[in-house]
Amino acid sequence: MSGQEVLSDAAWRERALAGGVRPRRYGSWYVAEHRIRSMRSYGQTILATSIGNPLIYLFALGIGLATLVDANLGDDAVQGVSYLVFVAPALLGLAAVMVSAEEFTYPIMLGFKWNPIFFGMNAAPITGGQITNGILISVLARMVPTCVIYFIAMVLFGAVPSAVGILMIPIAVLAAMSVGLAIMAYTARIEQDKGQMALIMRFGITPMLLFSGTFFPLSQLPIYLQWIGWISPLWHGTELGRVISYGLAEPAWLTAVHVLYPAVIIVVCWRMSQRVFTARLNK
Amino acid sequence: MARVSVGIVPAPVITASALTKTYKGFSAVDGISFEVAPGESFGLLGPNGAGKSTTMRMVGAVSTRTSGELAILGLDPDQYGPEIRSQLGVVPQSDNLDMELRVRDNLIVYGRYFGLPRAQVAKRADELLEFAQLADRAKSKVDDLSGGMKRRLTIARALINDPRILLLDEPTTGLDPQARHILWDRLFRLKEQGTTLVLTTHYMDEAEQLCDRLVVVDKGRIMAEGSPAALIREYSSREVLEVRFGSERNEALGEQLAGIGDRVEVLPDRVLIYSSNGEAVLERITQLGHEPITSLVRRSSLEDVFLRLTGRTLVE
Repeated sequence: MSGQEVLSDAAWRERALAGGVRPRRYGSWYVAEHRIRSMRSYGQTILATSIGNPLIYLFALGIGLATLVDANLGDDAVQGVSYLVFVAPALLGLAAVMVSAEEFTYPIMLGFKWNPIFFGMNAAPITGGQITNGILISVLARMVPTCVIYFIAMVLFGAVPSAVGILMIPIAVLAAMSVGLAIMAYTARIEQDKGQMALIMRFGITPMLLFSGTFFPLSQLPIYLQWIGWISPLWHGTELGRVISYGLAEPAWLTAVHVLYPAVIIVVCWRMSQRVFTARLNK
Repeated sequence: MARVSVGIVPAPVITASALTKTYKGFSAVDGISFEVAPGESFGLLGPNGAGKSTTMRMVGAVSTRTSGELAILGLDPDQYGPEIRSQLGVVPQSDNLDMELRVRDNLIVYGRYFGLPRAQVAKRADELLEFAQLADRAKSKVDDLSGGMKRRLTIARALINDPRILLLDEPTTGLDPQARHILWDRLFRLKEQGTTLVLTTHYMDEAEQLCDRLVVVDKGRIMAEGSPAALIREYSSREVLEVRFGSERNEALGEQLAGIGDRVEVLPDRVLIYSSNGEAVLERITQLGHEPITSLVRRSSLEDVFLRLTGRTLVE
């Protein structure tokens, strides 16, 4: 290694000012690059779940349960379509939400506490806001391919009746990212792990997947339980997916709500996460 | 780029003036002022909780100061955090290497944070693995490295951007003596190459080995400042006699020995007698009829300076 250059004070200052340009501009992408590299360490698990999950769910629900439902209620069993077609948009949303539930819980706690790499990034020219953005980008980089693989499986199972059904992919991603960012806005605040992550799964994700019109229309539930669906981004995503996939009839304003509601959650929770990250790194 | 002309004293790379940091009413750093010249090796010596790490985080442009002035490379960290950090290398108190990545990949991803091109980072990573004596562990998992190796990897990571200033917070805490010496050797080489080193430590030998100049910090304040030799000269005698009479008798004997030598300090496990000639003092004690269980004459150290300034030992 060579020794340090002898530069004037002004030259060093200029060098510092120049040194900040690229990190300020591309810092979020560097964080994403790092996290995608880290994901390789559990890459085989990611690949196995991405391919295995749709197969398991589509066989179990789309063939197993669907045979029972369709045998009793006919080919237009639910909302005028077969049970497989009905349940498919929800399954896609669910797959995306599970990526969120994995990536926005323990990895956040890990980065702040158990293996505090966020502090390392911040000691380099990366800001708390950029770390938040980088995490978001890296989760997208995992979630989108997961959804694409799932969608292909759905097509092969005959669960997608029209070509525009492909729009179910961005819809699922929108819903799942709103869930994920809401989780991150919370997990970024956790100083001590007292089982909060398990609570998120048990009292957040599980009721959401059961009561979001996933396996049966929300209207089948008593009215006092339907609110769980209304506040669940997964329900909004699922309903929107059904509108696109097989033309589920609903008022236009409700369709607009299905888009706006998760979008607003994303914007609000994204900003909140950025603030929490910035404050927590500034000890 | 402009070169420094002969005769011009370069401006300090760090200037802190009345720097404070308060947490919920508690002053972790309470109005400290210091300057660090380019190429200098500057230390903050003090016990745990003295405010050293907080000072380092402020200098590292990651912790906002409560009040006072602070300039790093002439820039205000409140405004130019990323710019300042682009010229720093930081070795934190506890390693925060990415355990999910392998040794070399840790350097690669870190280099990218400075906006360095992949090819340049890869080349630099290999050079630094050589420097840190970790070239044969490039593909190892970080978890499989020893404590000393992890520390060297953290230092290598801190050098990936060829920093102007290297900040080291307790660089050898928790390492065995051999690992410490390897690390000191690496740091010494950096110093020779002209890298400005700023380090905190509660090890007096580390401060003596590595620092051109240091400040003794206690309870968020600077107690004294100078080179290790000057501080010892100013606040201690040339030699120290350490005698042990047994924990029951140390205090009583300490009182009786007052007046012998320049100064007497009674610690729970031993009595320290400061003088220019330790052997002569020991002879005198024996003549007075006191028989210590053990005795040792040594040169004064920064530990003695700290004891004199604060009435406490560095490692408690």
